[in-house]
Amino acid sequence: MMVIFFLIAAGGAVAGGFLAAFIWAVRSGQFDDTTTPPIRILLDGRSRAAAREDSLSSPGLFIPEDLN
Amino acid sequence: MSTPFLQAEAREANANIDTFAYDNAIVRKFMVATALWGIVAFLVGLTIALKLVFPNLLAFIPQLSYGRLRPLHTNAAIFAFVGNALFVGVYYSLQRLCKARMFSDRLSALHFWGWQLIIVSAALTLPFGITTSKEYAELEWPIDIAIALVWVTFGVNLIGTVLRRRERHMYVSIWFYLATFITVALLHIVNSLELPVSFLKSYSMYAGVQDALVQWWYGHNAVAFFLTTPFLGIMYYFIPKAANRPVFSYRLSIVHFWALIFLYIWAGPHHLLYTALPDWAQSLGTVFSIMLIAPSWGGMVNGLLTLRGAWDRVREDPVLKFLVVGVTAYGMSTFEGPMMSLKNVNALTHYTDYVIGHVHLGALAWNGGLSFAMLYYIVPRVYGTKLFSVRLANIHFWAATLGILFYAIPMYIAGITQSLMWREFTPDGALRYGNFLETVVRIVPMYALRAAGGTMFTAGALVAIYNLYRTARMGTFEAEEIVQAPRLRPAGSGATERHEGTSAWHRALEARPAQFAALTLVAVAIGGAIEYVPTALIRSNVPTIASVKPYTPLEIEGRDLYIREGCVGCHSQMVRPIRAETERYGEYSKAGEFVYDHPFLWGSKRTGPDLHRVGGKYPDSWHFLHMRQPTSTSPGSIMPAYTWMYDARLDDSHIEGKIITLRRLGVPYPAGYERQAAADLGTQAARIASGLKSGGFDTSADREIVALIAYLQRLGTDIKARPASADAGPPSAPLAMANAGGR
Repeated sequence: MMVIFFLIAAGGAVAGGFLAAFIWAVRSGQFDDTTTPPIRILLDGRSRAAAREDSLSSPGLFIPEDLN
Repeated sequence: MSTPFLQAEAREANANIDTFAYDNAIVRKFMVATALWGIVAFLVGLTIALKLVFPNLLAFIPQLSYGRLRPLHTNAAIFAFVGNALFVGVYYSLQRLCKARMFSDRLSALHFWGWQLIIVSAALTLPFGITTSKEYAELEWPIDIAIALVWVTFGVNLIGTVLRRRERHMYVSIWFYLATFITVALLHIVNSLELPVSFLKSYSMYAGVQDALVQWWYGHNAVAFFLTTPFLGIMYYFIPKAANRPVFSYRLSIVHFWALIFLYIWAGPHHLLYTALPDWAQSLGTVFSIMLIAPSWGGMVNGLLTLRGAWDRVREDPVLKFLVVGVTAYGMSTFEGPMMSLKNVNALTHYTDYVIGHVHLGALAWNGGLSFAMLYYIVPRVYGTKLFSVRLANIHFWAATLGILFYAIPMYIAGITQSLMWREFTPDGALRYGNFLETVVRIVPMYALRAAGGTMFTAGALVAIYNLYRTARMGTFEAEEIVQAPRLRPAGSGATERHEGTSAWHRALEARPAQFAALTLVAVAIGGAIEYVPTALIRSNVPTIASVKPYTPLEIEGRDLYIREGCVGCHSQMVRPIRAETERYGEYSKAGEFVYDHPFLWGSKRTGPDLHRVGGKYPDSWHFLHMRQPTSTSPGSIMPAYTWMYDARLDDSHIEGKIITLRRLGVPYPAGYERQAAADLGTQAARIASGLKSGGFDTSADREIVALIAYLQRLGTDIKARPASADAGPPSAPLAMANAGGR
């Protein structure tokens, strides 16, 4: 069953890599703001489709009140 | 939208704005491929579903036999349909999330055409029996290499885009995409380590229980990181976009992501409960599977609650309908999966159609639902128009949803019914359904219902494609979507500096020590695998049961025919230590019995009975009759006939290479045996053929069927022999288990 130790090592390497990525993400402030990113993705740059949608009566953007 | 933050950003934006274009052409390419291969996958699935009801359907074409089409169906569904759909999601959302065009148009094209070429090569090899037999990794070694290269192309394109993003924050979807790339690369490479015999034939580097463990480590994580994580990224982008609402809890999505990826990779052994895998490894898999409920349900709840206040729109918007059904099915599958990982539940559901119901709930509703939602969302947008017909989309929705129910529910019933029949004893302790066939005949009506469900789902998909085609015809395609976004300024942390130029991505990496370390670790893990695995694994393949011997040359050829015909798709070779199984099949399977099995052939489904102890159970003549016309020995059997194996001459031209390759993998054939192998093969074949002839069966020794019979008659017999005289022991000799140490 040598292979299980290899798989544990490989899994551990991936997990270690993810851990490093997680630490990087936290330290670089990726998760400091959890309010604006989910709203920002709803605001696309001006494109033809976006312009058309705006001109139509699309439902207004919902923004939580605690933003202000 | 009058928050101070957004105002500040707007001021900053005016100073430094880039104008660039999103690449919609590559998204359209992947959309067309998704639709096309989706239909192919569904139709092949429908064909094999019908074959279980009408075994003689198209039976005269070997290339369309059940065993060969099943891997074509699974590969088409996973890698062609879902694969292309996940690329649609990534290529569409990543550009918008990063506010950047894809890193390289050339890599995009290379990725697209490379992936389609791989799919075509799968379609051209699997029906011809060119397969490794490892589930969802059936493609032979040259295609494996191509997959690795194309996947890395995708990865470079993905990471390059992320590094050139104009949005400092990496939205949660991007994290899911990155984890997908890294983990799938590792899984694919480790599981595909194999030694070629010829251009289209190889043997797995691992044997028996080790091969099984690697395979299901891969198999389970293929579900996790190919069918789940990319689609969670897609969910976190498309549900908020379609509902025009921010995700319910962004914080929860972050916890969801990290918890999910840390837990998923350890759950693989739950595919091997009650097998010859060490007990502790089985328990490990179960524990992690149960823990997975938490992040999975966190994700489902987060997706569904995003629709708070927008549920009225679910009534009208086909995109939201498919998303809701998809996410709900994800929740059900991710509860069902951990439950099936409990040993007592697994004893009931494993090897049955319950598993088939489970995976199709996931594949059709979760992957299929999200894929079609994406198509309905993206096509009108990139064509600058409205959906051609909401009515047709609704028809598709109900056909798909009811089709899934008509698929899954009969499979659940079939699985539980059959499993209970397998384990039912009479009061005096005999199996009530001693004939396996009785349990099959009972559930054939369920197979028919399942085919009806699959037909509904496929019909719905055809309606969808028509609808999307008409939508595209109504609008004009915007291949280059011009957008503007503020340039990203270097951050104080120095973590997101942007560089232009050819080596920009690497210089950018250097500015990110943690990321660089992570990527290095992965590179090291892959390199380490290639260096270490062959030597370490071969050394540990020391037989633990003295009487277990390598296969004879004829048996090797027979085994390769067993692999070619995909017998493993319906027949397991793993008798679990459960009384109902040892009564039915014989002594339970030990790890030491599989040390020469490159690859392992334990299987995962018993549409027919287990074959591990079939050796010596019937005379050669029974197999001869059975394979030519299964109903002649087993009335009512749904096994197809293998008539072509009676005409085809056995191609033993590679036997020398096979012996050499297997020896290199640690199978103890004496030095120089390869020169004697062909002669031994002929002798054994002549013995079997003359035995058949004396019984009045007309065959010659050089036919494929003879090799297959030789292999089947060998299966599971080694431990019945006394260690002293390996082939003289009577079949009922007491098992020499004192020195076996099978577990």
